[in-house]
Amino acid sequence: MNTHAPEPITDSSASTVAGSAPPTNGRDLAVSGQSLVYSYGSAPALRGITVEVARGELLAVTGPSGSGKSTLMLCLAGLLRPDAGEVRLGDRIISTESEAARSELRRSEIGVLFQFGQLVAELTAAENVALPLLLSGVKRKPAIAAATIWLDRFGVADQADSRPTQMSGGQGQRVAAARAMVTEPSVLFADEPTGSLDGLAGEQVMTQIVRVAREASTTVVVITHDAKVAAYCDREIVVRDGLLEGGVS
Amino acid sequence: MGLLSSGDRHGYDLKREHDAVFSGAKPLAFGQVYATLERLQKKGYVMAGQVERVDGPDRTVFSLTDGGRDELDRWLAEVEAPAPHVANPLAVKAMIALLVGTEAQASRYLADQRAAHLERMRHYTNRKSDPSVAVTEMLAADYAIAHLDADLTWLGLALDRMTQLAAGVASASSRNVLSEHTSVSASPTLESEPSA
Repeated sequence: MNTHAPEPITDSSASTVAGSAPPTNGRDLAVSGQSLVYSYGSAPALRGITVEVARGELLAVTGPSGSGKSTLMLCLAGLLRPDAGEVRLGDRIISTESEAARSELRRSEIGVLFQFGQLVAELTAAENVALPLLLSGVKRKPAIAAATIWLDRFGVADQADSRPTQMSGGQGQRVAAARAMVTEPSVLFADEPTGSLDGLAGEQVMTQIVRVAREASTTVVVITHDAKVAAYCDREIVVRDGLLEGGVS
Repeated sequence: MGLLSSGDRHGYDLKREHDAVFSGAKPLAFGQVYATLERLQKKGYVMAGQVERVDGPDRTVFSLTDGGRDELDRWLAEVEAPAPHVANPLAVKAMIALLVGTEAQASRYLADQRAAHLERMRHYTNRKSDPSVAVTEMLAADYAIAHLDADLTWLGLALDRMTQLAAGVASASSRNVLSEHTSVSASPTLESEPSA
């Protein structure tokens, strides 16, 4: 059946943010999940899902509430260990590694950004961003210096000394994004990164995430129910009832 | 009249500015520009002024009259009737697919249509993310994205309904199978009733 081509309003075809999608033929993968199964008690959340994300790719994972998309992200990010199946970060199988080893990975190779940035209220923006480096043993001065650079990349350097309650939602989320990127992870996972923001603030957050990720060649996996957010990514997969719609990744 | 409100222009300038501001729309034909100016002149909204010659043919300069300004203000304040959209080809095709095919066929169409819409939305998202994009093009992209988003919301909802429908059909089928088994095991009793 032919699909109905949406009416174009502009004929311009220049690509700026998304650019061209890297190949996803399985040869150069940043992260992958093979036949992942996960249940919360007797309730299955993932039912044998396979996902491959190419290095440098921006992937949107969409689907209705309760479809399993957030569980998929938690498994891929090493926050949950799947009941069955295998998660690889590059060539390294991480699904069988200890919690301590996966936790170490999340401080270096994996960045995670949640819907409500989860900034530490008592710390300034710069201290929040520096936190992952401080926890990894970096001295305070270089950690704050690196944090300042990342705040600048996300356009919130002027908020370095502000505490979370002194910032707008959009500014806070950009600080949280800077914190997720400060360790220069190979993969950034973002779970509903604009879910708590209004249209323009959400747009700014997504534009900055995509621009910074492109510059740093970071692979990004965005979990979202919002098509407008998915449109910032190279590719979309739809999770429905713990499986991929169409059965392909 | 909107373009004339910021200063006098000749037809060529009006066409050029229109095409720049509404860069996604079909370019105006010169004939359409001059026909419109003539119509507006007849209504007293626009008046022709001096004739200029700049590197080419003579060009008449047009200006907005006070009556034209009033009409422009009235038009700007007028609320447009929201389009009903109920006869949108997307909705019609999904309904026909359900009528003549199966829910699997309709679901496949909806999923493919969703992918096509998202691809178009990606195009506009890229355009408006370009730091050099003009504000008018950004507004046009916002408008297109908002409408595509409305379609995508409906497509998602329709897909959810198809999934629910398929689950309902599967559940009803299993109930029928169970009921058939019950009937088979009960039938000797039923058959024996008349002779009893």
